[in-house]
Formats: sequence, C-alpha cells, structure tokens
Amino acid sequence: MAMAMSDKTASPSIETVIASKPKAEQGAAMDEKVSIRDLCFFYDSNKALKHINLPLYDKRVTAFIGPSGCGKSTLLRVLNRIYDLYPKQRATGEVLLDGTNILSPKQDLNLLRARIGMVFQKPTPFPMSIYDNVAFGVRLYEKLGQAEMDARVEAALRRAALWTEVKDKLKQSGLSLSGGQQQRLCIARGVAVKPSVLLLDEPCSALDPISTSKVEELIDELKSDYCIVIVTHNMQQAARAADFTAFMYLGELVEYGVTEQIFTNPTKEQTQQYITGRFG
Amino acid sequence: MAIEHTVKSYDEELKHLTRVIQNMGTLVEAALQSAMQALIRRNVELSNQVMQSDAAIDDLENQISALSVRLLALRQPVAQDLREIVGALKISSDLERIGDYAANIGKRVIAIAQANQFPLPASLPRMGWLGQKIVRDALQAYVERDAAKADAARASDEEIDQTYNGLFRELLTHMMEDPRNISACTHLLFVARNIERIGDHATNIAENVHYIVLGEAPGTVRPKGDNTPYVTTPAGKPSA
Repeated sequence: MAMAMSDKTASPSIETVIASKPKAEQGAAMDEKVSIRDLCFFYDSNKALKHINLPLYDKRVTAFIGPSGCGKSTLLRVLNRIYDLYPKQRATGEVLLDGTNILSPKQDLNLLRARIGMVFQKPTPFPMSIYDNVAFGVRLYEKLGQAEMDARVEAALRRAALWTEVKDKLKQSGLSLSGGQQQRLCIARGVAVKPSVLLLDEPCSALDPISTSKVEELIDELKSDYCIVIVTHNMQQAARAADFTAFMYLGELVEYGVTEQIFTNPTKEQTQQYITGRFG
Repeated sequence: MAIEHTVKSYDEELKHLTRVIQNMGTLVEAALQSAMQALIRRNVELSNQVMQSDAAIDDLENQISALSVRLLALRQPVAQDLREIVGALKISSDLERIGDYAANIGKRVIAIAQANQFPLPASLPRMGWLGQKIVRDALQAYVERDAAKADAARASDEEIDQTYNGLFRELLTHMMEDPRNISACTHLLFVARNIERIGDHATNIAENVHYIVLGEAPGTVRPKGDNTPYVTTPAGKPSA
C-alpha cells in the first residue's frame, strides 16, 4: 500500500468529534467522572497494567476491549478495589473519583463499593428472594422504613427494566429467574444503592441474543444517569453500546477514542488489526 | 494491508470483491476507448459494440452490490474493511455511470456519421483522451490503494472542465454561423458533456480511493471548472 496505514499521528480531539455530531446525538455535556492517572497494577511481581492514563466520562459508556490477558478486567477491578480482597495484588498511581483518589489507604472501601457498583459475567443473584436481592445492599448502608424500602426496590427493578416481569413474584427466589432476568436483577441490585459508576464485566457473554439486546437497551437507558464502564469480548457490542472505546494489549492502553472513530478509522495499526480480525 | 485475517475466507471474499471492481473497470475503460474511436472514425459498427457491452457493465455492478451487502451482513466489517466495502459500492456506481456515458457517445455516432461534412473539433479527441486518462489513473490508484495517485487523478479533472468550456463556446459559434450545423453540433455538445461527466465520476472514484486508504475525505476543495452554465455568447462575441 503506497500510503500505508502506519500509526497516524493526527486524529481529531474527542471534543471535536462530539461537537461534529448532530445536537441530539451529543448528549449531556461531558464531565470526567473518573480520572485514571499513571495506573500500574501488579499480581505479585507481574506487572499487569502499565502506566494507564484514561478518562471515564459521566453519563457515557466506555468499553474496554482487547485480547484475553490484555488487562481489561484487571483495570475494571481496580476501579472498585476488589483486588483488595486478594493478597499480593497492588496498584500504584491514581484513580480519581470526583477528584478524590480511591487508591488512597484512607478510602473507605464499603462506601467506595456503594458508589461504584459491579456486575459480573456470570449472573450472581444471592440465594434469597428477588426483593431481598435488591434490598440487601440498601440495608447495608441505609436505614429505611418498609414503605421507603418497597419504593426503593420497585424503583431499582423498574430502572433495570425488570419490574413488570417480577412484580407479582417478589418473594420468589432470585435463582428462579432466567439468565437474562438474573443479570438484570444484578443490575437492579447495583443501582438500588444509588451508585455514580457502574462497572459491567462482560455482562452479556452468558446470555442469549434476546437477553443481550435487553441488557444493551438497559445500558443505553442507564447511561443518562451513570458513568458506565463495560468490558466486552464482543467488539460489535462495544460498537453498539459504547460512546468511548479503549483498546488494550499486554497491559497497555494502545488507543482510546470515540467509538465511531475507533471502528471506522483507528489511528493505531494494532487497533485496526485487532478489530478487523487480523490479530495473532 | 500486509497482514491477513485470521479467518482466511474473509480475505478471499474481499479479494474477490476487488477483482470484480477491476474487471468492471477494464470493461468501462474499453467501452470508453471504443466509443471515442467509433466517434473519431465515424465507425457505426464499433459504436454498436459499445452499446451492447453496456449490459455486461451493468451486470457487474449488480454483482458488486450483492457481494457488498453479503459482506456487510455476514462479516460486520469495521475500519479498513468497512471502508473497502462501502468504497466498492460507491465506485461500482460511478463506473456504471461512466459506462452509460460511453454507450451514449456510441449512440450518437450514428447521427454524427450522417453529418460527414461537419469536421470534429480538434479539441474533442483530446478531451476524450483526457477522459480515458482520468478513468485509468483513478482505477490504477484503486488497484494500488495509492492515495497520492488518487489525489493527482482528482486534480486532473480541471483540465477536462477547461477543455469542455472551450469546446462549448466553439460549438455554439458553429451553430450560430450556420443552422445546418445545429444537429451535428448538438450531438457533439452532448458527447463533450458526457466526457465532462465522466471526468466528474472518475473524480468521485479518486475521492473514494483516498477515503478507503486514509479514512477521511480529501482535504482540498474539489475543482469545479465547468463554466458552461454561465455562457450566453460564444467565445469572442460581445454580449448583445
């Protein structure tokens, strides 16, 4: 190729790309909810994340994509410090949530995990009723009367587009629901504690296409209220659901940008190879 | 792109799409060359061949559309692959129009051949040569995926427009001088107009090649040199 697609140096700024869209598509003004600065992560002596710098915008969906072992799930799990549960795992650098570094030893982890909710790849409803699944987290942080709790549970289930399907069986076990419903129950559980950030780790990989579409539709609705981060192996899902996409490889952030630009004209050759199926 | 897809059949399908475009380009170039030869030599038999070859060109456009839709549906292409496929769709459409214009030139040979006493303007064969060159250069840029060559082809449309401007005035002059020239000159005017439009479609192809390779539209403003819509008098004559 005479003018080969080597790494292009000039790409439009995110603000330029957003501003070029029709007003209806621009969405809310962009607020950097989470700022990741020079983040490194270690599994014992193994450096799994290398100097990551990345913004996560409020009321937007950001997708992390990359081959297995690239560090995308590791990065996700740093954001609510779930790695603290495991010995010999540590992070350096800063992760600022509304300006406060959540990696600080002074950070209250319970409060952090109320502000940053997580949904896992395999639906993980608790072995209790649908109602109690949603109320469980709320009870940890707040003291609500019955009526208030009922209202909170209903609001969360409505927000997760599950209310009409379960309103007549709230006392039934959460495990009695289908896979897609269980995943939406987990999302309801997450939003019930009124977080500001939602982390979704391959939320649809265990679901059928119809359930996947319902969860993607839900993500589209939820982003009007939350900063959402999604890890996905499914690039088409990232293309459909995310406003911004970060491509990672071997622990490094290779490219980050507006999803439309990443999937039509990436600046990095590695990104192009991965998303077009020329990797490995 | 040097590296192949992990799924080899995807590469084969993209290569096949490119081959069909190239085949279509070959037919279109041949049709245009034959049309100009038929015109210059007033060869009616050759002009009939040009008209008959248009069906094959149209058929290839249909094939490319079907291939492209199939690739879009089944492969969910992104980035370079997506630009290749969308580019192929647009280029085939431009090639089909060039083929139509070449066939139209062929049609007019019959009428022009009957007006033997009217000589072809000297600039018309040159205009035809320029039209063939821009098509060839744009297609070569596509084959080589060369954005610089595509940009050069794009810039060469300006000379076609300037030649057309001069030819327009010249034919107007002939028509005003002698009404017996009107029929032949009108057909020649259409021929010149067809070549000017061929230049525009070849420019479209060049711009698509630029987009396929670089992922963005050409940065410079497209040259638009056709001034004939503003002409009210032939060259050298003052306004009434």
